[in-house]
Amino acid sequence: MLTLQINGKSVEVDVDPDTPLLWVLRDVLGMTGTKYGCGIAECGVCTVHVDGSPVRSCSLPVGLIGSQKVITTIEGLQADPVAAAVRKAWLDIDVVQCGYCQPGQIMAAIALLKKIPNPTDEQIEADMSGNLCRCGTYMRIRAAIRNVAAAQGVNP
Amino acid sequence: MTPKRVFPPAIRRRHVLGGAGAFVLAAILPAGRSRGAGMLVEDATASFAPNAYIRIGSDNVITMILPNIEMGQGIYTSSVMLMAEELGIDPQSVRIEAAPPGGGAEITGGSTSSMTEWMPLRQAGATARTMLQQAAAARWSCAPDACVALDGYITGPAGQRLSYGELAADAAKLPVPKNVALKTPAQFRLIGRPMHRLDSQVKVDGQATFGIDVQVPGQKVGAVAACPVIGGHVGHVDTQAALKIRGVVAVLQIDDAVCVVADHYWAARKGLAALDVQWVEGPNAAVDTQAIYRQLEGGLSGPAILADHHGDARQAITHAHGRYSAIYRQPLLAHATMEPINCTIHVRPDGCDIWTGTQVAERARDTTAEVTGLPKDKIKLHSQYIGGGFGRRLEHEYVTQAARFGRQVSYPLKIIWSREEDITRDRFRPAYLDHLEAGLDERGYITGLTHRIVGPAVVARWEPSGLSANGYDDDLSVGTVITPYTYPAYRLEFARREPPGVITAWWRGVGGTRGLFVVEGFIDELARRADIDPVAYRREMVRNNPRALAVLERAARESGWGTPLPPNCGRGVALQFAFGSYLATVVEVEMPALHDVRIRRVTCAVDCGQVINPDQIIAQIEGGLIFGFSAALYNEITLEKGRVQQDNFHTWRVMRMNEAPKRIDVHLIESTESPGGIGETGTAAAAPALANAMAAVQKRRYRILPLLSALNQPSGHEKEQQG
Repeated sequence: MLTLQINGKSVEVDVDPDTPLLWVLRDVLGMTGTKYGCGIAECGVCTVHVDGSPVRSCSLPVGLIGSQKVITTIEGLQADPVAAAVRKAWLDIDVVQCGYCQPGQIMAAIALLKKIPNPTDEQIEADMSGNLCRCGTYMRIRAAIRNVAAAQGVNP
Repeated sequence: MTPKRVFPPAIRRRHVLGGAGAFVLAAILPAGRSRGAGMLVEDATASFAPNAYIRIGSDNVITMILPNIEMGQGIYTSSVMLMAEELGIDPQSVRIEAAPPGGGAEITGGSTSSMTEWMPLRQAGATARTMLQQAAAARWSCAPDACVALDGYITGPAGQRLSYGELAADAAKLPVPKNVALKTPAQFRLIGRPMHRLDSQVKVDGQATFGIDVQVPGQKVGAVAACPVIGGHVGHVDTQAALKIRGVVAVLQIDDAVCVVADHYWAARKGLAALDVQWVEGPNAAVDTQAIYRQLEGGLSGPAILADHHGDARQAITHAHGRYSAIYRQPLLAHATMEPINCTIHVRPDGCDIWTGTQVAERARDTTAEVTGLPKDKIKLHSQYIGGGFGRRLEHEYVTQAARFGRQVSYPLKIIWSREEDITRDRFRPAYLDHLEAGLDERGYITGLTHRIVGPAVVARWEPSGLSANGYDDDLSVGTVITPYTYPAYRLEFARREPPGVITAWWRGVGGTRGLFVVEGFIDELARRADIDPVAYRREMVRNNPRALAVLERAARESGWGTPLPPNCGRGVALQFAFGSYLATVVEVEMPALHDVRIRRVTCAVDCGQVINPDQIIAQIEGGLIFGFSAALYNEITLEKGRVQQDNFHTWRVMRMNEAPKRIDVHLIESTESPGGIGETGTAAAAPALANAMAAVQKRRYRILPLLSALNQPSGHEKEQQG
């Protein structure tokens, strides 16, 4: 049995320690907001936060996480003000198309904005270019992140 | 993407749904109503259902059953807008369902949805509104014309007011009127104005259910591996090691694939890795990319089908002042939708349920009937959100595969293709060679044009009845025969070559994407040969085509065409009439080095007829361009020893945010023409506009995709003869 802290709850899972966090979330705990895209940390659709940092859950074995680290998924940010601002920006400018990559994009954007409330375009690209989108919503993701910064009053 | 004529007439989609007790899928519930998206619901009462698209309950819940499936193109939102416009309700209040097989479009693809649904969906809304007005008029003993429908209420001449729900039972008893009045464009309150997508909230909350997210009680998960060489089959299998993996419950086999089934996907993957499979690779074991191109080269001469012609183009070229010819080459392309291929199926002795994302629900149901031997009416297909279509889910072989595995077990089985399986076993956009030759007058303009396409006829496998009597695939006409230009003499030939070792398929904008890269590249070459500005050259060619001229002028103006640029920068233009829409695109690039391309800016002007949701037109062009740039620069699939050499995003490259254009501006031209398609237009524009911009910087031609191929040498295939 492994103990994990997920979205504010302590969860016990009975899986091999080499099981990636992604498949524990999706197939063991039934939390399907975190997506599978590549399995090799190349596309970012599986992004979650571990202690606030964006992590590719497809390549993180649960046995390496430990029982103290705080894991946050797309389902776990309903009350978070930065998450709310990011979602609002996403809705305001209609970022979403097929939507499959968007939970990962949103998790990456939230982590970025918590670290740098007013990122430059270079900082946005540095942190967001690990997240692929085949629908090509990059223009609007960039704009939405800028909008969040502006709405928080940290942008002139 | 596919010729329009293989799509069924809209009228065939309008059968009435199953009625009371019909099992349908609530694909999404709009923002604010519920977060329980993607749940199955029973259609408890048929209420007032004047047609296959609209159901109004006495509880005032208005449900719209949408014929086309949502895969990112925004069709749920625009379809609801069309019906809500005529019905007189707030689109945000509508509950949305995906139509089951037989109740909706048989196929979602080819950028045809807005074109085909423009009238039927408005008529559906107007029919329901008319009947509600009639029901109210009967209650109030007044003329139906005196009853006004607005915001979900009918208001009578004396100020009486009843909600649609209160009138539903009465309306349901009325005969369905045949001819109903539609709004005039001046009366539109929704159509033509930007509206937020109805599917965004569930998608940003992570609550939207894609096929891969379906969870059926008791389901097991299967990891699949098919023979890595097309045409091969499973040889010896030793299951011992796989079955020892914790969580693995079964190893299933069909002729060309194996499936390791487990309690969860990771256990299945470990089981598959442990499985000892010998493949019998079959006749394609020696196929490589060069074999495919050699076959195409063979088609550059010899017999071909005459696909289209007017005048005598060969004579015109023979007697022309000048002659110019070029050969273009395009590679196999994968789709790699972000959601890998998957399907969940539960086969029982008396019926079957399927949960998947598909652009061809009826085909998926029918193949399952064939595999299981069950009658079609015992098979329920529950359409889920599609995590990227791009033509990939116009194929349904993964449903067939799921049925063949699923019939071997009693529990619900979800099969997931790994990304590696998804790419290597994709069905690819074909490789093509195109040979063009033009006769030119003294100024350098075309007097006659011959064009030979060498490649497969995708429609021949996908829908054999779509192949013309002489063996031509109409899809190849997009960007060639279907063009804003008028040539004095023209001849299009098709030398069909079906490649070994791969299955070819549709792809976002396949015909237009293929045709425009070639034709717009060639026209750019002719302009530069004549030393005429590429915009000016095209302007002369479309001087009698006002819609084409308007988009060209607008894009040129908005992009700053002709104004000075920094060093190592250049602009390229592409003009098109494809999928029923006119588009002009200007790409501005910077190339600090020969193999370093940075897209600074893209400017588009589009005339797609009557616009339903303008912001989503812009979104589709932005995204379509980026999809097309990915293919123009990367995305090539190659083969060696019958095996695909790219298998994940580290070897099969996709454009990332840092490589995406810094800026895309899309300008909509107001139009009252019928709506044209939009989902594929941007993709089709990307490669030619980018190639022409790169050519402007490098003073060399880019006739081969991907554009950074070492084969794009200055000499290339260039050949110029003065006649």
